Amino acid sequence: MALMPLSLPFAKLEVGHHLYWQIGDLYLHGQVFLSSWILIGILLAFVLVGTRGMKRDPIGLQNLMEFLWDFIRDLARDQIGEKYYRDWLPFIGTLFLFIFVSNWGGALIPWKIIELPEGELGAPTADINTTVAMALLVTLAYFYAGLSRKGLRFFELYVEPTPIMLPFKIIEEFTKPLSLSFRLFGNILADELAVGVLVYLVPLIVPLPVMLLGLFTSAIQALIFATLAAFYIGEGLHEAH
Amino acid sequence: MTWLLLAEAGVPEGGLFDLDATLPLMAVQVVLLTFLLNALFFRPVGKVVEDREGFISTSRADAKQKLAQVERLEADLAEQLKGARQAVQSVIVDAEKEVDGLYRQALAQAEAEANRTKEESRRGIEAERESARAQLKGKVDQLSTTIIDRLLAA
Repeated sequence: MALMPLSLPFAKLEVGHHLYWQIGDLYLHGQVFLSSWILIGILLAFVLVGTRGMKRDPIGLQNLMEFLWDFIRDLARDQIGEKYYRDWLPFIGTLFLFIFVSNWGGALIPWKIIELPEGELGAPTADINTTVAMALLVTLAYFYAGLSRKGLRFFELYVEPTPIMLPFKIIEEFTKPLSLSFRLFGNILADELAVGVLVYLVPLIVPLPVMLLGLFTSAIQALIFATLAAFYIGEGLHEAH
Repeated sequence: MTWLLLAEAGVPEGGLFDLDATLPLMAVQVVLLTFLLNALFFRPVGKVVEDREGFISTSRADAKQKLAQVERLEADLAEQLKGARQAVQSVIVDAEKEVDGLYRQALAQAEAEANRTKEESRRGIEAERESARAQLKGKVDQLSTTIIDRLLAA
């Protein structure tokens, strides 16, 4: 990193450096929590302002809130089904909103203004811990949904339509969270790196198209994660015929 | 900003795929956020939207019911109107028939009167003619006897 000109602090690339916090014997990635707290704060503030004094005839921000709610409801209802989507709507919606806010916040907020002693602030979803945590939550939710609804008959899913499917279905239980987490992590990290490299090479204008593309893929990734999570949960709840 | 650097010596190497206690804590954080957002966003907004949907569907059902009622009333009134029209028509026809009858009656009466008068006057004339003829015949007889008397006397 010695080659890097010190006069350009905004164009420094750092990968895999973390701001470690220690609690007992455990280490935490501090920068992930700092940025996630800021983004969650923004999200909650936005939601609080938007849902204040809601009326039957919506005005102002309430329209946006209802649009968002409607969007998430359609997403959950399409994947989970009319009967059970209500129970899972908050979880799916939270995944979508948190990932969306994280992705866009990571790209739009000038984090570099806040200087950390180690590592750098950015999208929380560009850290493998966050995406794996959410993917494991989805797997837990999937098993919980299936087991609470069908009991042990839930495992009949593994031998449907034929018992030959058993090994594939078991493998699938591992690949599901793996693909969920790595898809999100890879996309967001790759986007940050691509923008970082371009900014490092040509600081003006040239990175803009890539940044816009990054915003687009970020939104799509949030949608994909939430849709797949809803689909998996819906699969767990699915009625066997 | 050094206060943020909580970890002492022996900090891990780091790296892209460095999984540590961040994972479970982030999971807990997401679950907490789910409950928070459920209380602050999903439940209140859902309540407002579903209340409105309920309001709209009940208003709609209400309006439909009222429309059906209006249609029923309209049909009823149309039926009544039709009946009234028919009644009016029959009244007019009756009146016309009555007027016609009265007219015919009056006409017949007048005709009969006229005929009677005519007959009467004809009979009067006949009688007068008869009497005149009888008178004339008497006079002729008288005259002829006078002529005969004179001729015989001569």
